[in-house]
Amino acid sequence: MKTKQLLLGDEALALGAIYGGLSGAYAYPGTPSTEILEYVQKNPLARERKIHSHWSSNEKTAMEEALGMSFCGKRAITSMKHVGMNVAADPFVNSAMTGANGGFLVIAADDPSMHSSQNEQDSRFYADFAMIPALEPSNQQEAYDMARYGFELSERLGVPVLTRLVTRLSHSRAVVETDCEPLPENKLHYPSNTRQWVLMPAMSKVRNRSLIAQQADFVKASEASPFNSYTEAHDHRLGIIVSGIAYNYLMECFEGNCPFPVVKLSQYPLPTKLLRRLYDSCDALMVIEEGQPFIEGKLKGLCESGKKIYGKLSGNVVRDGELNPDLVAEAIRSVIPNAKGLRFLKGADAADIIAPRPPMLCQGCGHRDVYGALNEALEAYKDPKVFGDIGCYTLGFLKPFNAIDTCVDMGASITMAKGAADAGQHPSVAIIGDSTFTHSGMTGLLDAINEDSPILVIISDNLTTGMTGGQDSQGTGKIEDICLGLGADPAHVRTIDSLPKNHDEMVRLFREEIDHKGLSVVVSRRECIQTARRHATRK
Amino acid sequence: MKSDIVLAGVGGQGILTIATILGAAALNDNLYLKQAEVHGMSQRGGDVQSNLRLSSEPIHSDLIRLGGADLIVSLEPMEALRYLPFLSEEGWIVTNSVPFVNIDNYPEMEKVEKALRDHGHVIMFDMEAVAKEVATQRSSNLVLLGAASPFIEIEPDKIIEAIRNLFASKGEKIVEGNVAAFREGRIKATEQM
Repeated sequence: MKTKQLLLGDEALALGAIYGGLSGAYAYPGTPSTEILEYVQKNPLARERKIHSHWSSNEKTAMEEALGMSFCGKRAITSMKHVGMNVAADPFVNSAMTGANGGFLVIAADDPSMHSSQNEQDSRFYADFAMIPALEPSNQQEAYDMARYGFELSERLGVPVLTRLVTRLSHSRAVVETDCEPLPENKLHYPSNTRQWVLMPAMSKVRNRSLIAQQADFVKASEASPFNSYTEAHDHRLGIIVSGIAYNYLMECFEGNCPFPVVKLSQYPLPTKLLRRLYDSCDALMVIEEGQPFIEGKLKGLCESGKKIYGKLSGNVVRDGELNPDLVAEAIRSVIPNAKGLRFLKGADAADIIAPRPPMLCQGCGHRDVYGALNEALEAYKDPKVFGDIGCYTLGFLKPFNAIDTCVDMGASITMAKGAADAGQHPSVAIIGDSTFTHSGMTGLLDAINEDSPILVIISDNLTTGMTGGQDSQGTGKIEDICLGLGADPAHVRTIDSLPKNHDEMVRLFREEIDHKGLSVVVSRRECIQTARRHATRK
Repeated sequence: MKSDIVLAGVGGQGILTIATILGAAALNDNLYLKQAEVHGMSQRGGDVQSNLRLSSEPIHSDLIRLGGADLIVSLEPMEALRYLPFLSEEGWIVTNSVPFVNIDNYPEMEKVEKALRDHGHVIMFDMEAVAKEVATQRSSNLVLLGAASPFIEIEPDKIIEAIRNLFASKGEKIVEGNVAAFREGRIKATEQM
């Protein structure tokens, strides 16, 4: 018995996990992955079962918490945006070494086209690097089905399984057929091989060999996967390998009737036999994949005998940005100009008067007041540098503020400001939000405190994780205590409400602390206008 | 039945509410549906769009092809123009006429209006004024949904049912205001067709 629901890709995966016997979900918010944990938080069954769904401080802590749950035999997921995988890379790669006990899904949501991210890295490389299987759903139904399948695969193979989503699947809704009967949660039980959970060299060497030996089983699992398929067709001038969401674009171009044989890939490592069959029966291959040329690069190694492989590396498929049906159609036309059934439509001409409309800080946002005051305070100095961070306040780079000089990764504001001060830069100012501070800023602040670096750290505290829509921030109510606890001088940990009426005082405060020859922290505080509105409606 | 719709507006205006309502009505009607939307940074006052695809047949792509849209539905006139290359030759534009000016280089409104009128298949009126007449300005997006509804093959009563369900928790007054806004939008659009 199935029921139909309208779900985002993120929600479908979350619901699939809940119905697949999930016991704990761990995450730090990040577009386009945020809705996964949010869905677990509000799902009635998850609440009834008391499934863990509290936000973690960052992706590394989330990954480790989920791994601990898997160690105890229960099913766990951890979800993050692609760059969160960098933060969690240490436990992720090493979780392949420990292996998984309870089913363990690592969900990485990639953001090709960088709708809300700083790069286009492709998480499939992480699974390959860690030598574990990966799943890449092509639609919302597969996202739902793959959660339960992934748990079973993880338990059967004894390793974590990476699930890769992309923005257009995470944030696209479709009708999904869902189960009515959820699986029970696993009971607490411990790994049969306890030694491999202690990654000391003697044990790791043994484990590394067994993981390498398992690779053939992982390939067999891909070859038998219900999510990988070979579809025969009559025109063998080209064989198409298409992965994940790109499969839908290919089908759209041909209205479902592709004249070329197609291998659809949604489970890795590459199913060698399926690919060999396609290679042997076609004159040339084309690879269509969302993200970086992962399959194409691997294929060049597998198929050394000389048939042409068209894809991103050959320049036939556009290398950057996300795919869409029109780009896929162009790519096919570039190789087979007369492909049967390949459709092109004619749209209206673009209007030439349209102006771009970049995002901006909300009216009534405290970050605006911080930047207004900071810019005025810095007028008194030659070549001030402001090191920014990741959050709504990154928009301070744009007009009218033009207030930050860098934005690199979570927490980099404080450490880069310190490095710049080490180089002799003054004023050297860091600006970071409260959630980013507890994510990755605290350790850097400790470095700066230990050397009493002459920098000003502004923690623009809006009491939430704003950019991703207002999730709980782990440091709320504790920011000053954290700074003091790390050893900051109480005389130079100062707090102000970032309100227009405090403008002059903020300017004065910033100047005083810039002139202080040591480390200063100014906590500028004002609740996010978006969450404040929501709180007001609830009352 | 097939309706490929580009929903457009500025972050915070409420286009996703339109998508939610049509999605619920389509699900109820046993239609296939895909709806891609934008979350994250661009929601902060930037341009936002959502691709909404409804069909009685299975749908492959979450994204609409260039020249493939039957309808552009926009809460902002310049934003309606941004997606013209996606509109099919027979496609219609349904848009609010009131500009949302939060940038310095917003084009002259006469030029925006002319570009829209030149397209021929356009329904354009002041949806905020209509919303204020029958409910409050916050219901402008429901006026827009009403204005777009003659172009979408879902019974208006089924859309109204979806509106009632979505806003049920907010009280009778808001439900009735939104239903009235939808109805009035539909009437105004029918007059212009």
